[in-house]
Amino acid sequence: MMVKKETKMKHNRSMRKRKLLTNTFVHILLSVLAIIWILPIVWVIITSFKGDGTGPYTGQFLPTKFTLDNYIRLFKENDLFYFGRWFMNTLVVAIFSCIISTFYVLCISYSLSRTRFKGRKTMMNFGLILNMFPGFMSMIAVYYILKGIGITQSLIALILVYSGGAGLGYYIAKGFFDTIPKAIDEAAQIDGATKWSVFTKITMPLSKPIIVYTILTSFLAPWLDFIFAKVIMGDKYENYTVSIGLWTMLEKEFIQNWYTRFAAGAVCVSIPIALLFIVMQKYYTDGLSGSVKG
Amino acid sequence: MSSRRKEAASRQKKARENPFKTIGMIWKEGDLLTRLSFIIMGLGNLLRKQIIKGLIFLGAELGFLFYMVTIGINAFSHFDDLGEVQQGMYIDPETKLPVKMAGDNSMLLLLAAVVALFIILAFVIMWHTNVKAAYEVQRKKEKGEKIPSFIDDVKSYFDRKIHRTLMFFPIMGILIFNILPLCFMILIAFTNFDAKHQPPGNLFHWIGLDNFKSMLNAGNIIGRTFWPILGWTLIWAVFATFLNYFFGMVLAMIINRKGTRLKSFWRTIFVMSIAVPQFVSLLIIRSMLTEQGPVNSLLMQLGVIKNALPFFTNTTWARVTVIIVNLWVGVPYTMLITTGILQNIPAELYESAKIDGANAVKIYFKITLPYMLFVTTPYLITQFVGNLNNFNVIFLLTGGNPINLHYYQSGTTDLLVTWLYKLTVNSFDYSYAAVIGILVFVLSAVISLITYRRTKSYKDEEGFQ
Repeated sequence: MMVKKETKMKHNRSMRKRKLLTNTFVHILLSVLAIIWILPIVWVIITSFKGDGTGPYTGQFLPTKFTLDNYIRLFKENDLFYFGRWFMNTLVVAIFSCIISTFYVLCISYSLSRTRFKGRKTMMNFGLILNMFPGFMSMIAVYYILKGIGITQSLIALILVYSGGAGLGYYIAKGFFDTIPKAIDEAAQIDGATKWSVFTKITMPLSKPIIVYTILTSFLAPWLDFIFAKVIMGDKYENYTVSIGLWTMLEKEFIQNWYTRFAAGAVCVSIPIALLFIVMQKYYTDGLSGSVKG
Repeated sequence: MSSRRKEAASRQKKARENPFKTIGMIWKEGDLLTRLSFIIMGLGNLLRKQIIKGLIFLGAELGFLFYMVTIGINAFSHFDDLGEVQQGMYIDPETKLPVKMAGDNSMLLLLAAVVALFIILAFVIMWHTNVKAAYEVQRKKEKGEKIPSFIDDVKSYFDRKIHRTLMFFPIMGILIFNILPLCFMILIAFTNFDAKHQPPGNLFHWIGLDNFKSMLNAGNIIGRTFWPILGWTLIWAVFATFLNYFFGMVLAMIINRKGTRLKSFWRTIFVMSIAVPQFVSLLIIRSMLTEQGPVNSLLMQLGVIKNALPFFTNTTWARVTVIIVNLWVGVPYTMLITTGILQNIPAELYESAKIDGANAVKIYFKITLPYMLFVTTPYLITQFVGNLNNFNVIFLLTGGNPINLHYYQSGTTDLLVTWLYKLTVNSFDYSYAAVIGILVFVLSAVISLITYRRTKSYKDEEGFQ
């Protein structure tokens, strides 16, 4: 420490100068990076208010006229696309698949974490193996199974596809349950509680962060996915979800008329999702730090 | 008497380890009623006052028999050749007029066979449970214990056997929506179910390992597409993973350093870009970078360039563009994850390094990086495997383009997964798609299964107890 102090005094002035220089440099760098990262977002907001033409290419970076028309036309004109309806579709699918998937994930991860039974490790390894196949690979078979039942191009099919295999996503929630001390379960069972009441009355209330996290991730999934939705819905526009809808607006045959409305739609979808995402982040970090704070 | 009982108990214990031995043991130890339950399911329970349980077993057996007689028996009839009669026009011998005749649908035949296989498997499990239940109730009666009523049984499913109750529906979901389709697609990999063999118009057949051979043989067009795409997929995964990791960490360090003001402001800005749904931000960036897009027009207005930059039309440009845009997508994520870990690095390490006169670069490579690698290796592995299958970035930005005419149904920025998508959706070459799926699986499995098993959370599940 002595040596450090001496050198510090000697170079005090030049050090301060250098520090100021690096600090200025760092802040300039951060500003440039921040602009790069924020630019696409700002640009889509500007485009959503663009008043000169509906197409993407005006030859100018900034628009010359601003208007709210894009938002109004997006929701009011339903001759080709039904944005309002897509929004409701996605909301319905998200709510139902969120309920089912959360239930599935919590059941599987609780069983794998808190109970011991024959074949448990085998099951977990098997789960890992299944997760390693590209998710899209089995899509064709799923499609024909749904066709066999006669529910393709419907929202029910989409809910089933999103939530059916949800149990495989047990990994994070199981890690959380692993951190809840076993002694709590045992104490309750000595007092005569059944495992069911341990599950519902002790483990669940202790697991709020991971439950909220699971709910939010499964709620967000239908808003973000578009491969499965596209395969299932085909060309049935009225049952689209927002993500394939917005994607379709940028297809060659629509982009000239729909570009600014796409931007408006993108803004409408992004705001609620961004808010939920930020909430989810908080619960995610809480969930990772385990049930018992130490 | 007691020695016999002991013997039986020890035999039971051994038998518990092997389901086949269990059945053998039960056959030996069981009385007439238990043995009859081998054939008439639920009989033992029915006649020993467990009426509802017995009826459930009996119902399952009757249902299974009904299924087998009506549908199941035919399910395997064409499993060997996947159908004989091709759909087509035939001359009716009586009227001498052409008649359209429906042929066999190979796909439905194969699907029916797989479904039947699953149902048989489920029945075998049910039968096994039935035999065990019959024996259990026999033993209980012999010992004079109280025979559990149906309500007792139900109660046990909410206590001792709770894992069965909880996992029943989720596992059924996984069976129907993951395992069954996966088995079907794996079988498809061994058939010629491609664009030329589409049911119901045409039949397809088993062709053994031919698809794998043509995929791995660089001589034909499929192999000539596969190897370059595999190479690009690996290059992409390496760059996407490690560049994101490196720059994300550097960004986190810059924000974390002492002199930086407004730390949370900077963090919020970068997190905002993740919060916007990926498909929205990627579609926006795509439209910004097109030939007449705002970036090109801005650069031309400023006089920096004369001709539009070929962001997505030139192979090398497109590849570099997707890697850089992926940095835009991924760096904030890494920043978010590494921030916390960076703060956990013991400050003493840095102090002593500074005293020893190490400069910032040396400190980074000798202390920060090794520490971070130690903690985040599992994260890196999942990221790497995730990038091998990174569908969104490629599909939304370039769609795999620019197209290469020497490739089969693919462009030069296609990854294996996007090629798989194109093969299924655009050209209906399901057999090749299935082969790619299997190869991608092998690739990720080799990389990750070994390393996963080394992570702490797998090895040491109860480490926090």
